[in-house]
Amino acid sequence: MTDKTILEKIKNIVTPYVQRKEGLEDFSDSTDFISDLKINSANLVDVILDVEDEFNIEIDNTSMEGMLTAGDAKRIILTKMEN
Amino acid sequence: MNFNHIISTLPYAKPFLFVDNILQIDEQGCTGTYLFPEDSYFYKGHFKNHPLTPGVLLTECMAQIGVVCLGIFLLNNLEDESKSEIEDIQIALSSTQIDFFLPIYPGEQVKVVSKKEYFRFNKLKCGVEMFNNKNELVCRGMIAGMIKN
Repeated sequence: MTDKTILEKIKNIVTPYVQRKEGLEDFSDSTDFISDLKINSANLVDVILDVEDEFNIEIDNTSMEGMLTAGDAKRIILTKMEN
Repeated sequence: MNFNHIISTLPYAKPFLFVDNILQIDEQGCTGTYLFPEDSYFYKGHFKNHPLTPGVLLTECMAQIGVVCLGIFLLNNLEDESKSEIEDIQIALSSTQIDFFLPIYPGEQVKVVSKKEYFRFNKLKCGVEMFNNKNELVCRGMIAGMIKN
């Protein structure tokens, strides 16, 4: 799976929870889930659970706390998929 | 841990405590009851000359019994190493989706039954149902909140 494919899948996962739709227009590694997309903390949990299902991985508390941007999420997904 | 401890840990007081008794609680869900007192202040205005329990308060009652009581139980289970039971919790409602079927009149007792969908990263999401004293379905839906100590 390429970086671009993973980023596209992350974008699809977060879309239903995004409160600031303009934030999706230039979706990239640096897109911040909270400040750019205005996703609340409860929906961020749903994003994580959807990521787990989509990529068949398990995300622990430490990884969750480090998942602030789409790029963070992509790196964590890639690391978990290697293991 | 006993049920009284869970109720005393709830961050609510009258007139906004909507839990009388917990009948059953385990990892998967919670069942409890509440009697809406006939002299509750809100019946004076909901509705004028036609007292009926507001849907938002049925939702609140379902959240307090079904989600917050269960959340306290689950947090206590995570804390088993420290032995002491938690005293303070921080909570926030995050989403609700409820369908209503029957009214609850002043003085009626309700039973709330919740089933845990998941408890991950401090978010507790439950399917919750409320029944009247004839065991008829009053309302049903999904409630989620953030809870931590």
